[in-house]
Amino acid sequence: METERSPRPSAGGAASRVVGTHAVLLELDGLEQVWAYAAEAMRRRAAGQLGPASDIVAGARTVLFDGLADPAAFCDELASWSPDPAAASSGRLHELEIRYDGEDLEVVAEQLGMGREAFIELHCAREHRVAFLGFAPGFAYLAGLAPHRVARRSTPRTRVEAGSVGVADEYTGIYPRASPGGWQLIGRCDAWLWDLDRQSPARFAPGDRVRFVPAAA
Amino acid sequence: MSRTVTVVRPGALTTVQDLGRPGFAHLGVGRSGACDEPALRLANRLVGNPEPAAGLETTLDGVALRFLADAYAAVTGAPAPVRVDGRPAPWAAGFGVRAGSVVEIGPASAGVRSYLAISGAIAVPETLGSRASDVLSGLGPAPLRAGDELALGAPGEPPPPVGFAPFPAPEDELVVRCLLGPREDWLLTAGRAALGRTAWVVQSASNRIALRLGGPALALRRGELPSEGLVLGAVQVPPSGEPLVFLADHPVTGGYPVIGVVPEPDVWRLGQARPGARIRFLPRHGGHARRSGQAP
Repeated sequence: METERSPRPSAGGAASRVVGTHAVLLELDGLEQVWAYAAEAMRRRAAGQLGPASDIVAGARTVLFDGLADPAAFCDELASWSPDPAAASSGRLHELEIRYDGEDLEVVAEQLGMGREAFIELHCAREHRVAFLGFAPGFAYLAGLAPHRVARRSTPRTRVEAGSVGVADEYTGIYPRASPGGWQLIGRCDAWLWDLDRQSPARFAPGDRVRFVPAAA
Repeated sequence: MSRTVTVVRPGALTTVQDLGRPGFAHLGVGRSGACDEPALRLANRLVGNPEPAAGLETTLDGVALRFLADAYAAVTGAPAPVRVDGRPAPWAAGFGVRAGSVVEIGPASAGVRSYLAISGAIAVPETLGSRASDVLSGLGPAPLRAGDELALGAPGEPPPPVGFAPFPAPEDELVVRCLLGPREDWLLTAGRAALGRTAWVVQSASNRIALRLGGPALALRRGELPSEGLVLGAVQVPPSGEPLVFLADHPVTGGYPVIGVVPEPDVWRLGQARPGARIRFLPRHGGHARRSGQAP
């Protein structure tokens, strides 16, 4: 039995709960489900079924819906959703060049018990997926290093330059603008990531695929 | 005649704010907007603007502006002395300003943020549908600097005849509701009791992003929570055990457990809590669980 205070996801299912007075948190089993529900939510919002002010935030295991007029009713509505996993994302492929010259490259390779060249090879061999966006406009969490996990810097840098490529946990991230940051820096990438003059200002959407190639020296 | 104001004294942090830019969290963009939304709405009403119009939000020590056009103005939020060319003007009431005059808001006597609305509203360009300045993401206009010139929009209706709007002054000890969840189960029993029993003290590192609270460390379950979406008013407990309450410029995701949410309108009162103020939470059982999807 579920209780009021402890939602438990069931196999293949999902549990939702009201958060505060205007939001609902939907707990899911993994990223594929997260992308499927987030894509379904975006589709419904575009069709005017969610309200224009609603916010949809994909997490690593959750989708948050904010700005809801009646969150309890929305929980009931969610029960009738059956998102198509195949429609989870365009799955657009981005091929991005990286100059692997970051200050923490050696530290990261050492953490993972490999040489610097082996790490670069691993990073380029993997297909990374955009798990979710957060931290800063256009900043994407690119999942692709598992089962390897990189520890963050114990002291975050007060300034990380735009275009810096960092790794933390199983994620790679590219800083769209200069900001403080605690991820280990492995290189630089000149691709656009956030551009307010574009119709969709963020390059990445959850579910997109990313491959890295080493920039010619 | 150009309808503008110029910045004579920008104050510690004065930003343009409206009701923010909801609807872009999936791009990593938070809502932002006034930290004390009812105060901005009231200021706009007092000068005849639509309530969501853009005004100025000051931080502790006010602002001074030279008006280059005739306009109505009103100051709400944190109470502060208001002067026009050195002569006292009312607080929480509309007043007329002649072109060439300097309007000065002094240091707040209580609270943190005063709001200045001007008839026609601040007409800086919009970013993603809003003029709000988001100090976390850097979206929207930069904080005011001396010499900046701000365009005003065309004034709409004349201000209402109401001369003064009663408005509660900010408090030194705030009691706010805290709707528990979604991760209150990360609090160990002792932490749960301490949450409601403690007079939390607002720390000076607080800003538009979050109120940082000092007090006994709340005992938390060990483990790592996968990053998930954050809402306005979320009470997050980082490994230090001292909670944060997220305000208007909060990040859209976070990786530490959110044990409860301070709902509107209480969260607007937290937008006026100054360093040293005490905060008490009234923990309430909030949302309830539902099952959905393919579950049998």
